[in-house]
Amino acid sequence: MLKDSYFHEVFWKQFRRNRLALAACGIIVFLFLLSLFAPFVTPCKPDALDLYHVLMPPSAAHWFGTDELGRDVFTRVVYGARISLKVGFVAVGISIAVGTLVGLLAGYYGGVVDSLLMRFVDIMLCFPTFFLILAVITILEPSIWNIMAVIGLTSWMGVARLVRAEVLSLRERDFVLAARALGASDARIIFRHILPNALSPVLVSASLGVAGAILTESALSFLGIGVQPPTPSWGNILTSGKDYIEFAWWLSLYPGLAILVTVLAYNLVGEGIRDALDPRIRE
Amino acid sequence: MPGRWFAALLFCCILAGCNGDKPQERRISRSSGPPAYGDAIVVGSIGEPSTLIPLLATDSASFDIAGLVYNGLVRYDKNLKLEGDLARSWDVSPDGLTITFHLRRGVKWQDGVEFTSRDVLYTYRVTIDPKTPTAYSGDFKQVKTAEAPDPYTFRVTYARPFAPALASWGNAILPAHLLEGKDITKSDLSRHPVGTGPYRFKEWVPGQKLVLESYHDYYEGRPYIDRYVYRIIPDSSTMYMELKAGSLDRMGLTPVQYARQTTSREFLDRFNKFRYPASGYTFLGYNLRNPLFSDRRVRQALTSAIDKKEIVQGVLLGMGQVARGPYKPGTWAYDPHIHDFDYDPARAVRLLAEAGWQRNGDGIMEKNGRPFQFTILTNQGNDQRLRTAQIIQWRLKQIGIDVKIRVVEWASFLKNFVDTGNFEALVLGWTISPDPDLYDVWDSSKTGPKELNFVGFKNSEVDRLIAEGRTTFDQGKRRRCYWRIQEILAKEQPYTFLYVPDELPVVSARFHGIRPAPAGIDYNFIRWYVPKEGQLYQ
Amino acid sequence: MITYLLKRLVMLVPLLVGISLVTFTVIHLAPGEPVEMQTSLNPKISAAARERMREFYGLDKPLYVQYLSWLKRMAKLDFGRSFAPDGRPVIEKIRERIPVTLSLNVISLVLEMGLAIPIGVLAAVRRNSRLDRAITVFVFLGFAVPTFWLALLLMYLFGVQLGWLPVSGLHSLGSDRLGLLAWSWDLAKHLLLPVSIATFGSLAGMSRYMRATMLEVLNQDYITTARAKGLSERVVIWRHAFRNALLPLITLLGFSLPGLIGGSVIFETIFAIPGMGQLFYQGVMGRDYPLVMGILVIGAGLTLIGNLLADVGYALADPRIRHGRG
Repeated sequence: MLKDSYFHEVFWKQFRRNRLALAACGIIVFLFLLSLFAPFVTPCKPDALDLYHVLMPPSAAHWFGTDELGRDVFTRVVYGARISLKVGFVAVGISIAVGTLVGLLAGYYGGVVDSLLMRFVDIMLCFPTFFLILAVITILEPSIWNIMAVIGLTSWMGVARLVRAEVLSLRERDFVLAARALGASDARIIFRHILPNALSPVLVSASLGVAGAILTESALSFLGIGVQPPTPSWGNILTSGKDYIEFAWWLSLYPGLAILVTVLAYNLVGEGIRDALDPRIRE
Repeated sequence: MPGRWFAALLFCCILAGCNGDKPQERRISRSSGPPAYGDAIVVGSIGEPSTLIPLLATDSASFDIAGLVYNGLVRYDKNLKLEGDLARSWDVSPDGLTITFHLRRGVKWQDGVEFTSRDVLYTYRVTIDPKTPTAYSGDFKQVKTAEAPDPYTFRVTYARPFAPALASWGNAILPAHLLEGKDITKSDLSRHPVGTGPYRFKEWVPGQKLVLESYHDYYEGRPYIDRYVYRIIPDSSTMYMELKAGSLDRMGLTPVQYARQTTSREFLDRFNKFRYPASGYTFLGYNLRNPLFSDRRVRQALTSAIDKKEIVQGVLLGMGQVARGPYKPGTWAYDPHIHDFDYDPARAVRLLAEAGWQRNGDGIMEKNGRPFQFTILTNQGNDQRLRTAQIIQWRLKQIGIDVKIRVVEWASFLKNFVDTGNFEALVLGWTISPDPDLYDVWDSSKTGPKELNFVGFKNSEVDRLIAEGRTTFDQGKRRRCYWRIQEILAKEQPYTFLYVPDELPVVSARFHGIRPAPAGIDYNFIRWYVPKEGQLYQ
Repeated sequence: MITYLLKRLVMLVPLLVGISLVTFTVIHLAPGEPVEMQTSLNPKISAAARERMREFYGLDKPLYVQYLSWLKRMAKLDFGRSFAPDGRPVIEKIRERIPVTLSLNVISLVLEMGLAIPIGVLAAVRRNSRLDRAITVFVFLGFAVPTFWLALLLMYLFGVQLGWLPVSGLHSLGSDRLGLLAWSWDLAKHLLLPVSIATFGSLAGMSRYMRATMLEVLNQDYITTARAKGLSERVVIWRHAFRNALLPLITLLGFSLPGLIGGSVIFETIFAIPGMGQLFYQGVMGRDYPLVMGILVIGAGLTLIGNLLADVGYALADPRIRHGRG
């Protein structure tokens, strides 16, 4: 199999040289720890109201100030990380799963299966994705699960194309031909031999996909159909702050920065992986 | 050479830009002067009107425009008393069954045709026509006969005395000569209205703005402000910035904007802020068909566990009043001595215990092993209601009740939940109309699907009092009925009445002649003016 | 070339059918019947009227019949009447909104190309330099910042604080009485913020793509040969490499359209621009199914046309296809 230690070694060597990507990795890990240990990071509860101290500026008691219901913005941003990262990961999980499956089937079987599946991909690619997402979410309802599912189900097409292209080139490789000659079943060939080798480029789109999903959730929140309050997500905290940009800047600044930094980090990591995988760039 | 040519072009552009017919920004004058004709007022709206035939409209944007283009037979004056509009006067027969309207003479539709009783008769007929998709036929179905004995007289007879009858004739009168014999739903009037009102329709640029211009032959005289520009700005933050940038002259402020964002000297120099109680209240309604809420003590307990003062403070920043019943404090139907369940969590727990609810070891309210939990529904797009629901959720959690909040987009909110009675509790608001009749919302005959008594409140005494109140014209008698109803509602708590917010309009300081009154500031809009030297738009 | 074009046109048909199928399916995810919405908001509508409406939309027939009749009417661009109280034909509503959205997106696209191409080339040529890193961070910043937040911040800065630019909308009050030049200048000022934010946001995709293809081309043999021949670096890069790297970009153009159109919901809402995105958002919120279906189909159709144009452009630029050997 191609996936040997040499490959890993080269990959890591390349990746480590990209300091931007490494820093981005650090940020991502930091955010994960933060959201994992949220209850220990902040003494407040994300839904503890204080109606006599609404929209207070940052202070020692409230590092990021308070929101329109007197809740601690720092706490909400930390807990919001959980939700936003969850949206990103589950949505991307769905899109990778669907995309990989479609790509594998199309690439491996070729012929009619391939052209049918790929026409379907073409069709889905024609729709303005955000329109589709809006239509489905309002028709159903904006629960967090619907949001993740819909984002996932409208963003798998790129992955499908990538995987298909990989499979096409792997299909005729020696180790696949050998497995087939030995009488391995299609399923076994697909999942044991082809899939692991086709996954590397998927990693790149997964990283970019998480970023995209977080942004999409914030756009949905802006329109009022994102994750619903009182559950904090970065998108809906930012949206609740948009009316007070000039005087309660803290309410939009921190969630805005959180989105910015996270999305940037995932993009840089994605780019880093792409560069490290790209044989052309290795010298 | 091309470079120089380009520079010249650019220079021309800049010059042209400077000479354009646009407002000289930030030149706001508080200068006083005699009333003068001219200028324009620019108003912002989140939504775009749907149709300019008010009979078919249900959205506030449509009524904003229609209110300036059309008139009714009667209207509310600045003290919320009925006065004649297109009707000069009216007589009520001694038995209270017949109203005779004497119409104003010489009123002209904006296309020059004279207004007569034929228009009124047409409007009545089209309103009760079952083919007309209107939400306003209810009151008119009480009419037994309607006739127009001569061009300036219109007479209606009711089967029973009907107190809200007079007020119902405040609806917009439509031009018969343009509509008679046509399908009103396909009429061009929905895009190009013709009315008798102070402003006539000029243009509608879809998605951008509507423009009205003053109707010089208006029967009360030509309005001072020449143009009324209604800009469509879908985002509330954008609208507020437009106001600050000086390109909007009027909008409604949120409490936060009123109290915290518009207090600078510079802002107060450029704008006048107003504040008065709105005609509406917000409530938490319980589905009384649900066994969870069927016990009156449970509802009393929930009200006791909610701190209404805190909601007024947190959601309205104190700019509003606690509501205790379905009327606006200070109006004649409002009972000031009403006994309400003030915030008292200890009493809430006691009342729940009487009803069989106990807190278990984890502090969760339980009865027969079932935890007390329910979902509050509210509609999307109303921040104040959503915040209110969150505060209630937090307060009820403290006595061990688990509340979930679900925000549903308006159309589906009505269709899937309110109309079908498929909800546990909801936060919603009612408009308080000047006539105190409660039939549609509280009568037990109105509990069917798609009717307004969706919480399913049934009380025979209330039914009797409502019937009594709407069949007499005697205000003293009516007041006694409505005070008793408020007493019953306060005891039954089918709703937890929450608050009456304040209206917080802001108007550019260049407009003069605004006189706040119990009816608000809009009743004398045609008398607002900008002194000649303060005028901004040509 | 003509056979190629014909082939591409024929291939559009199944795609269009697929688009209509997906649209139809999405709308029928809705619980209950689409027509329920309209009648229930107008409780006074009579039972007979409800029946008429059911009949008009064919809701009493099986699903596939409904689909076919919808398809047939759609082929004539008849999307039915809007469920909104104005009840206007959907196609009329879309027609008055499309030009705004399209021209905004085309302007952004042109600007985007004008910036992204040189940026991408620069990044590729100076690969792994500090400049490359700075460019990377810059273009991804544009992608990563939530659009509506950036829009509000800039609106506040330029519109309210400095007063240099109008906050929202397309025209100033009274601009219809201006001369053509002044009118255009007024429009340009209104478009400056939305267009630059849209461009900033989409810079990342195209410039990274440009960088990647440029790198690929720079690694090819003929470039090495050209360098070996002693041609100056400038000639190598701009005359040889750049031209070849530009070609794949054409296909990307076709595909960037759906993203741009989708993003217009946010722009048009926040900048009060009366385009298709705003209309679509109003449509979904009001459950205006005929309108939603109409816009979905037309939006996807536009992308198809965009792709077709891109392919034709590609064919024209690529000699292998131009001469029928592709």
